Amino acid sequence: MRYSDGFRQPAAAEALVRMLHERMAVARSRRGAIAVMEVCGTHTMAVGRHGLRRRLPEGLRLISGPGCPVCVTDAGYIQTAIELAESGLGIATFGDLLQVPTAGGDSLAACRARGGRVQVCYSPLDALRAAAAEPGREWVLLAIGFETTIAPVLATLQRAHDAGLGGLSALVAFKRVLPAMEAVLADGRTAIDGFLCPPHVSTVIGAAAYRTIAERHGRPCVVAGFEPLDILAALVALVELVAEGRAEVRNEYARVVKEEGNPRAQRLIEEWLEPCAARWRGLGELPNSGYRLREDRARYDAERRYGVTVRTGRDAPGCRCGDVIAGRMDPPQCPLFRRMCTPDSPVGPCMVSSEGSCAAWFKYERAEAAAPG
Amino acid sequence: MSAEDRVQLAHGGGGRMMAEFIERHIRARFGEGPLRDLPDASRLAWTGPEVVFTTDSYVVQPRRFPGGDIGSLAVHGTVNDLAVSGARARWLSLSLILEEGLPLAEVDEVLSSVAVAARACGVGIATGDTKVVGRGQCDGLFINTAGIGEPIAGYALSCETIRPGDRVLVSGTIGDHGLAVLAARERISVAGGGPVSDSAPVIGLVETVADLAGAVRWMRDPTRGGLAAVLNECVTGRPWGIEIVEQRIPLAPATGALAELLGVDVLHVACEGRVVAVCAAEVAEEIVRRWRARADGRQAADIGVVVERPAGAVVLATRVGGRRLVDLPRGELLPRIC
Repeated sequence: MRYSDGFRQPAAAEALVRMLHERMAVARSRRGAIAVMEVCGTHTMAVGRHGLRRRLPEGLRLISGPGCPVCVTDAGYIQTAIELAESGLGIATFGDLLQVPTAGGDSLAACRARGGRVQVCYSPLDALRAAAAEPGREWVLLAIGFETTIAPVLATLQRAHDAGLGGLSALVAFKRVLPAMEAVLADGRTAIDGFLCPPHVSTVIGAAAYRTIAERHGRPCVVAGFEPLDILAALVALVELVAEGRAEVRNEYARVVKEEGNPRAQRLIEEWLEPCAARWRGLGELPNSGYRLREDRARYDAERRYGVTVRTGRDAPGCRCGDVIAGRMDPPQCPLFRRMCTPDSPVGPCMVSSEGSCAAWFKYERAEAAAPG
Repeated sequence: MSAEDRVQLAHGGGGRMMAEFIERHIRARFGEGPLRDLPDASRLAWTGPEVVFTTDSYVVQPRRFPGGDIGSLAVHGTVNDLAVSGARARWLSLSLILEEGLPLAEVDEVLSSVAVAARACGVGIATGDTKVVGRGQCDGLFINTAGIGEPIAGYALSCETIRPGDRVLVSGTIGDHGLAVLAARERISVAGGGPVSDSAPVIGLVETVADLAGAVRWMRDPTRGGLAAVLNECVTGRPWGIEIVEQRIPLAPATGALAELLGVDVLHVACEGRVVAVCAAEVAEEIVRRWRARADGRQAADIGVVVERPAGAVVLATRVGGRRLVDLPRGELLPRIC
């Protein structure tokens, strides 16, 4: 607690907020308003939880990006997972996917209530335990997510491989964060001046990985932790870099993130995976933006093993999650937000996931408009 | 351990074994008052025109946790529901549902804990029941208690009387019980000691400010759903809201650390020995002063205020100078903590 308290000190926060306002005043006089995309959904949650949006200077806007794994996963993925469960396989999944509705209103939670064997995991290793506890059943681990989640999932498959445990495979819809950032810039419908880069992904890929974005696309990138002082300090740096027109990479989270990342995790990714095109909710199909299991690991690939293919899914009617994910719309601008779509009765994944922008806005910021200044 | 040392179906069967069980385990502890002759129902003397009546069931897992056990919790929980309703508990009922195979020594420990807690709360056991279910049909031991109490003069608690400008008080640190149970269940060890449940009677806190009762608008014990749930209950559908200040909310370091580690919002975590009160501003300081003078209220604090806007919402002023909504917890955050 003392450790986290240090990153929430009121006096330090005041000092950083003051600096942020000063820098922003300079930036506005030079080039006008600034829009920063926070790529990671947990950053969106932290901004909400600590009430940081109200502390931002005028002209500085934070836009949620495509960094929530559940949100960017194509709607067809859930349908395929349900079909696998209904064929008698055990499904091991993180809890966030359970409530995500298909366009037809079905979900893994409903599938479980009908008798499907769907087990919630807190760690991918729980899937190994489930497989060991029910040796008569084959298990499929739902493997979505960015580099952060990819490494522990592969470590789990590696353990199954080493232990000769044949009954476990993965339904893979892994994503790479850099192509998504590039796609958001290429889309062009949302002006983005710089990126607040995701801390956990960066522990794997390293801060240096963002040089592509900085050098090729001319946008500064700052890696930040999830504590409020981390975020404020990163925003101070970003506003300064933008104002001075310096497209550089800064690592404000050096206590955890290294320049080169985590070589062991990178090796694991190389051994097990190869880049492939991937479909993103909101961004469509992007070349080289995902990973699939290599040919020599095909027995761990649920699609190849059980002869199923994840088809492109339809979003629920009226759902604007795609626009929210691509930063084209803030959650309250969606006509369904709070009216048709709530955490208790979600229409789209952004309202379900604990990293979803809509869930964050609903949970922490929906009364903001009414709150006194 | 032989079969005789464990709960058997016959202990609830109405025959000789049940009679022996009641005699040895129940009447030995609770046979002083109305239970002396084991009547089917107890006839109790009463003074005032009103009784205050409540009931609660206890299924906490694990049954023992730092700071308490299912027995003491079954007394405190029900006594506290009466206390925050402005009533002193007089009598409890005690119903046990036991699983076949449970060691009788553990039943004894729980019953002793019930007896000690009841004595400390000044409440008698007036009636009871024991059922035994087969192995696998309940998880060890469940308890239900119901309680009747006498109104404490002066308390007329109602959300309707709350006005903007009223203060929001809490009698101590929050979230300790829920996280103590969770840590015990998941065997999470915390360097320097983990959270300790605050399970305790709150009747003393209520009585010590009884002379100010007219200025106390509303009280709750923040159990399931924690501080967030009771404050939301208070504001929902009302023409005013509540603003609380993060830095003023008392928090034990071990509880705060574990909540951060698990990603749990401590505002959503249950207490079992705290009072949340809304009172007129002019008595707030005096109530906090009197609570702090007591061992069970040492960390009491004035944590916020009733505001005109936003109406119907609870807002938190954060440590870093921001503001955010305090929502109700969604789904079942921490199952079986009470």
